[in-house]
Amino acid sequence: MSASHPRTLFDKIWADHVVEQLEDGTALLYIDRHLVHEVTSPQAFEGLRAAGRRVHAPGNTIATVDHNVPTSDRRHGIAEPESRLQVETLQENVREFGVPFFDMLDERQGIVHIVGPEQGISLPGMTIVCGDSHTSTHGAMGAWAVGIGTSEVEHVLATQTLLQKPAKNMLVEVNGVLPPGCTAKDVVLAIIGRIGTAGGTGHVIEFAGPVIRNLDMAGRLTVCNMSIEGGARAGLIAPDETTFAYIEGRPFAPKGEDFDRAVAYWKTLPSDPGAHYDTIVRIDGSEIAPMVTWGTNPEAVLPITGVVPNPDEAPGEAERAQMQRALDYMGLTAGTKLTDIPVDVVFIGSCTNARIEDMRAAAAVARGRHVAPNVRALVVPGSGLVKTQAEQEGLAEVFIEAGFEWREPGCSMCLAMNPDKLLPGQRCASTSNRNFEGRQGKGGRTHLLSPAMAAAAAVTGRLTDIRELV
Amino acid sequence: MQAFTILTAIAAPLPIANVDTDQIIPARFLKTIKRSGLGKSLFAGMRYDDEGAERPEFVLNQEPYRGADILIAHENFGCGSSREHAPWALLDFGIRSVIAPSFADIFYGNCFKNGILPVVLPRSVCDQLMEDAKLGANARITVDLERQVVVRPSGEEFPFSVDPFRRHTLLNGLDEIGQTMQHTAEIATYETVRHTAKPWMPSISL
Repeated sequence: MSASHPRTLFDKIWADHVVEQLEDGTALLYIDRHLVHEVTSPQAFEGLRAAGRRVHAPGNTIATVDHNVPTSDRRHGIAEPESRLQVETLQENVREFGVPFFDMLDERQGIVHIVGPEQGISLPGMTIVCGDSHTSTHGAMGAWAVGIGTSEVEHVLATQTLLQKPAKNMLVEVNGVLPPGCTAKDVVLAIIGRIGTAGGTGHVIEFAGPVIRNLDMAGRLTVCNMSIEGGARAGLIAPDETTFAYIEGRPFAPKGEDFDRAVAYWKTLPSDPGAHYDTIVRIDGSEIAPMVTWGTNPEAVLPITGVVPNPDEAPGEAERAQMQRALDYMGLTAGTKLTDIPVDVVFIGSCTNARIEDMRAAAAVARGRHVAPNVRALVVPGSGLVKTQAEQEGLAEVFIEAGFEWREPGCSMCLAMNPDKLLPGQRCASTSNRNFEGRQGKGGRTHLLSPAMAAAAAVTGRLTDIRELV
Repeated sequence: MQAFTILTAIAAPLPIANVDTDQIIPARFLKTIKRSGLGKSLFAGMRYDDEGAERPEFVLNQEPYRGADILIAHENFGCGSSREHAPWALLDFGIRSVIAPSFADIFYGNCFKNGILPVVLPRSVCDQLMEDAKLGANARITVDLERQVVVRPSGEEFPFSVDPFRRHTLLNGLDEIGQTMQHTAEIATYETVRHTAKPWMPSISL
């Protein structure tokens, strides 16, 4: 491809990272940033050790603990033996292999996808990988960021490269102006509702259009985070002044003249006019409403004003059976108004929605109100720094006064690997990213929604249209 | 990695779409530092009841499917997480090939790293294979990576496509890291050029 050929943001990042072109379009790609956590790395480090290999580029690598860590006071360590072993194994591995590490009691510790952008580690134009599918989050910086398996984690640790075939380009353009009460979470849920959970398979999604452009970085990170829920390993957004302003001054970002040089390069990255997209989806943002999922995958989503759908109205038998299976699991009856569904638990957190902006949005709803009787509501900040900032801004106090639990940072009830989990049959309004069967605990039932909507559900005890409370 | 060439085996029918990685192996079983031993937790939510007893209606709790080496499913198999524990659990149970109309990208790639062959065939073909699979031990299905065909018990063949690079690696059970390390000089050259072109690129050190 000649340099004059109009290229997408993804095309440019790809071309800039090809170490060697191999057969059948497969390329050896250089990886700028590798984020490591305790769950998907032990077998990779063990593989290095068995083969007598070292970590090729520790300066491109950062590790932290997030999936397993308790969100209660943890100065006395981790009670659960298997979780403790995974964390201790990472502690030993980073020491042995010389990998930079934010340990559990470090204020910079947090969910790896919150930490990367927050520290200025994830930057525009980079290739970023992590053994976690929500690595797509970092695409909001204008980077190509993908989740990889443990074999690939080992491959990147050993060689700082990845064997890849280029994905197709998909453009999702969100036009118009977002109505009041709608957030980035509602935008991405609406997108997934439109394209489906496999709509982006084989593609990189570039999110564009005025609605995306007007989102702050927190919102952009939320949108890209859920690219994988639409089937795309990576989602990205062209870097602009919002991006540059967010990066400047962050601990690991370039400084001074280096920053200016970096910005000059980053400005060359946005897709060229006339660049080719294999698939284009256009959405009218002004028609988006606050969204909530009713089923067991993220495409099973509706505006909060809707009702539980009827399987008998499904287009075919396979779809009908799948919908019925979802309703059975969720304990829902067709025709029920979504706002009549009571909740037992509210979870505000996860790599999707645990940034300071999410804390503020939830606190604005919680302020002066109280969690409904029989509802347990947890707020889990995305990092130690988010937690400290929320405490300084008085948000933690708002939550505590309103009856929410204010916790230590980690992945927590998004995937229930630590003690924060749903009991069988419990129903949860959750700001996380997956409503799969058993995701938040065996037999647990998940409704995905925005932080403001989650806080609204906490205070009313049922799924609630946020527009009724503001 | 174990090579994959040709496999003739019992196939288990799992006629469900969007089988996600939390269904294949729930997160509570990821607290391991090993690759082995996950087979007993494969499909735990569907396979066991709340007391941990087998649900007799689940296909892998039935004979002859306890000995299945092939799984046949509907669209978007393996969606969700990047956890390689999903193919590890399948492999530990004994599954060496999954046939479906489509797969999620990360899961699809992870299979090849573990000697599992994911085969994409049209839904209409998968439906026929699903019917064959329901005949159990009397209807063994063959997956031939060398010839890139799936063979029904009747002898009817369906060709499938697979990336030449992945096919070569899997057929020969190659160590990808070892292969990539033969390109060490090219990686070093790239790093030198990168340092010159992007001198602002920070190195992470604490």
